Amino acid sequence: MPGGPMSQRREKAQILDAAGITRAITRIAHEIVERNNGVQDVVLVGLRSRGVDLAHRIAVKLEEIEGTKVPVGALDITLYRDDLGKAETQPVVRRTEIPFAINDKKVVLVDDVLYTGRSCRAAMDALMDLGRPRLIQLAVLVDRGHRELPIRADYVGKNMPTSHQEQVQVLLTEEDGVDRVVILEEKAD
Amino acid sequence: MGTGLKRKDLLGTRDLSPEEIGLILDTAISMKEIASRDIKKVPTLRGKTIINLFYEPSTRTRTSFEIAGKWMSADVINISTSSSSVVKGETLKDTGLTLQAMHPDVVVIRHSAAGAPQILAGLLKASVINAGDGAHEHPTQALLDLFTIREKRGTLAGLKVAIVGDILHSRVARSNIFAMQKMGMQVRVCGPPTMLPRYMDRLGVEVFSRIEPAIADVDIIMMLRIQLERQGGGLFPTLREYSKLFGLNLDRLKAAKQDVLIMHPGPINRGVEISPEVADGPYSLILNQVENGVAIRMAVLYLLAGGQAAAN
Repeated sequence: MPGGPMSQRREKAQILDAAGITRAITRIAHEIVERNNGVQDVVLVGLRSRGVDLAHRIAVKLEEIEGTKVPVGALDITLYRDDLGKAETQPVVRRTEIPFAINDKKVVLVDDVLYTGRSCRAAMDALMDLGRPRLIQLAVLVDRGHRELPIRADYVGKNMPTSHQEQVQVLLTEEDGVDRVVILEEKAD
Repeated sequence: MGTGLKRKDLLGTRDLSPEEIGLILDTAISMKEIASRDIKKVPTLRGKTIINLFYEPSTRTRTSFEIAGKWMSADVINISTSSSSVVKGETLKDTGLTLQAMHPDVVVIRHSAAGAPQILAGLLKASVINAGDGAHEHPTQALLDLFTIREKRGTLAGLKVAIVGDILHSRVARSNIFAMQKMGMQVRVCGPPTMLPRYMDRLGVEVFSRIEPAIADVDIIMMLRIQLERQGGGLFPTLREYSKLFGLNLDRLKAAKQDVLIMHPGPINRGVEISPEVADGPYSLILNQVENGVAIRMAVLYLLAGGQAAAN
């Protein structure tokens, strides 16, 4: 995520707690079933790294609802970013693991925060290099506004208008030991 | 959060930290996945220009760098000096400055003189990668060797390696010794006394002039090629005698561990330093090394050129 070092930011507000995250995921899962008339040919591809955890949670919910296991893959978009060379430090490249073909599948991309839309653009380019999906949909936990590309989410956990100085941080048990979504702002000196 | 290599060039493993080595190996894991795709292409180095400047012949290394660059959408230009102005007597410095005027992002150089890459690195804004300089260093070879071992064994620290052959003239041995020791491995070298440098033990390696004790209870045996083009004569009586005393064959392998791994930087002299049965056998990692060479070189190109980490 773009922005200054974490240590100079302080927490402004919590916008989702653990229960809120669970409810959002449940609703997103139901919407995916509704929009796609079931989960036939649906696959979930999470953007590393928290998008992957969210995708797994959605898959669990989908299995509860429809009784079917939906395949989950992990996509690393580092090599497709449009800002390599602009960041002060280089992002670490992690492994893309999508152990199934995506040709003719309905791919639901899953990410934690939708902001400028550039990560989604990179993810779509990466997917196109891996095959030809029938369609691509986007599920995000938080949409914070400020799109810089004509991209929109199909499934949104929470809409949260923010300013450019703020940062939305999603913390998940799998990686951070806790489930919450907070807004951070520059620390006033 | 990222780190990147905070350096412009990769000239050797001697001045790489264990963290840097770890970063290159970890990045190569992700790069290797690209080789398994139908479309082996990512846009990461689009618009970057890589020049392979090879003053010495090469199959593996040069092709490996070329593929690595092209899979990442870079423009790769190969110069083999036998067909360039170098035959007209153009100096390294002038060749370097000429290339610099065409704004490459990376220059990969293989040269017979130790230190040539360092000279170029001082002259050029481009990132310089050493693809082998004399008997000095061949860092990407050592990195791909470490990657191959780690891939097979899961870990590096505590493993024992025996490097066997013409240690005196081997840049592969040197780069591996530095890199392996940094990662906590124990290294032994073995060869005829004429091919073992005099103060070799000062590098912290055990020195053997007979192969049987050298390869007993090591985890990895790395065979080096007898470099026919390097020596006129006098270092060993005949190839046949060398093979008899220092060649690795199935019989000799009985002295080693059951699950020992066999490696060789290539190209192999079948029947000289390594028998065909061993080279093509189940514990041979020789072709894995080649495959991993592409992934490692992709990682190095990405870490040096995929972003302006250090150059500015």
